[in-house]
Amino acid sequence: MLPFDTVIAAREAIASRKISAVELTRSVLERIEKLDERVKAFNSVYPELALEQARAVDEGKRSGPLAGVPIAIKDNLCTTWGTTTCSSRMLKNFHSPYDATVVQKLEAAGAVFVGKTNMDEFAMGSSTENSAFHTTRNPWDLERVPGGSSGGSAAALAAGMCCASVGSDTGGSIRQPAALCGVAGMKPTYGRVSRYGLVAFASSLDQIGPFTWDAADMAVMMNVIAGHDPRDSTSVNEPVADHAATLDKPLEGLRVGIAREFKLADGMDPAVEKAVDEAIAIYRKLGAQVVDVTLPHTDYGIAAYYVIAPCEASSNLARYDGVHFGHRTAEPVKDIVELFSRSRAEGFGDEVKRRIMIGTYALSSGYYDAYYVRALKVKTLIKRDFDEAFKSCDLIACPTTPTPAFKVGEKAADPLAMYLCDVFTVTCNIAGVAGLSIPCGFTSDANPLPIGLQLLGPAFSEPRLLQAAAAYQRETDWHKRRPVLA
Amino acid sequence: MAEKIISTDDVRHVAKLARLHLSDAEIEKFAGQLGTILEYVNKIGQLDVSNVPPMAHALPINNVLRDDVVEDPLPLEKVLQNAPHREDAFFAVPKVIGADEDSAG
Repeated sequence: MLPFDTVIAAREAIASRKISAVELTRSVLERIEKLDERVKAFNSVYPELALEQARAVDEGKRSGPLAGVPIAIKDNLCTTWGTTTCSSRMLKNFHSPYDATVVQKLEAAGAVFVGKTNMDEFAMGSSTENSAFHTTRNPWDLERVPGGSSGGSAAALAAGMCCASVGSDTGGSIRQPAALCGVAGMKPTYGRVSRYGLVAFASSLDQIGPFTWDAADMAVMMNVIAGHDPRDSTSVNEPVADHAATLDKPLEGLRVGIAREFKLADGMDPAVEKAVDEAIAIYRKLGAQVVDVTLPHTDYGIAAYYVIAPCEASSNLARYDGVHFGHRTAEPVKDIVELFSRSRAEGFGDEVKRRIMIGTYALSSGYYDAYYVRALKVKTLIKRDFDEAFKSCDLIACPTTPTPAFKVGEKAADPLAMYLCDVFTVTCNIAGVAGLSIPCGFTSDANPLPIGLQLLGPAFSEPRLLQAAAAYQRETDWHKRRPVLA
Repeated sequence: MAEKIISTDDVRHVAKLARLHLSDAEIEKFAGQLGTILEYVNKIGQLDVSNVPPMAHALPINNVLRDDVVEDPLPLEKVLQNAPHREDAFFAVPKVIGADEDSAG
């Protein structure tokens, strides 16, 4: 284990000189060296950069709420250091000319960047098996997937190869791997965090968010990355409340909604259902009022998502043409169209191709109304479901995923089975609301697997979600469990 | 599947629109997979949405404007640093004019 493996413990140990930032960074780098051969969480590691940043903290040249804290970055966030690959052959050698706003903010807060983490190619997937480079393994059971698409960021944290990490969530890509790896993951309200410098997948759904061990660390990270950014016109100009201010506030009177639609799903693992029911019992004990709510269009979420996201992806990924940046075919071509078509065919993996084609099909003449416009109408219905539900509750509690981590290869041959992993997470992105997954139990397998509790709240309710998570974590110790990786 | 939702010809057409060079075997494979996915997403057809407006964005953000101020652009070297082929200050591409009829489009 790392000597200090949470954000707050690390920064306090550094501030009080129990450990230097360089020493902590060295122990992180040693763990990566020792463990990442098996976990494969990272696409690239930058020891020199990390040690240089850490040294500057020790020399008093850098300070801030993350001073000296080792952090891993998903490989779809642009960084001027190293490569930004999106785990795609297309961007294998891409060096970003600028930093993402979130990366700038983390740097200004004193963070130490240890590396870029693996993901499903262009964030399309739920297991990291769609990475063009390698599949990340779940630190709790190396035969299993870490979830995805931000599986590398979740696994890096769970394996003690950083103290916090950053990912992106378009349909569950932070919360699902957080649940499968036994850590906390936040999908902020759409527009709460700047997307500038996040390689676009589905722009109306993508949000950047942190992975941490607990609610208090999550509050620190959210305070650093949230806020309006003139360079992202969809970021919201709404003041950022201090996410840590209400962590200790009692839950007395908080209305926790239970939606029956999250109970009826096919293929629900009984261990997940039991753990979530026990978590809800703890909320009752803490003085919360548990109320029934309904989200009647939940069952249409995946279908609407797999129209909207591919449509936007087909447009966003049109930029990869073998001309401006990215992979270019070495085959002789007769004209520029063939240059585009061959470069794209060689650079993209199958899942990316499938989604580009689904999107192109759904946006093509004759199908646009039946697919794209209809999916946007379903989006309205899903948004109204949440608006209605949040009239009678302050947050909704449900499982993050219907099952714990599945085996590597188990769903790889069946794209639709993989899509259904996101059944409980996609509606949050469609409605643009806030979602948080925290660990709430383990299965009774020989290698016990983590289970995630998802808390969903209205737009800009992140402080309330963290208040509810912190209260739960004062009663339980799931967030203190660590996988054994010898 | 009783009836093919998307034929190999459809896939060929879509791949052409999407600028993806696919082999016949890939077209065959994708036709089956895309058919399964489309069959699933067709579920949204079951809902009555006749009086529901479409929503592009979950938050009411419209027409975000900024002052029209000249700012420093990225330096040319940075713009070109990832170009697979360049000539001087330009991205280099094969001949465009006089090639395939839809090249310019």
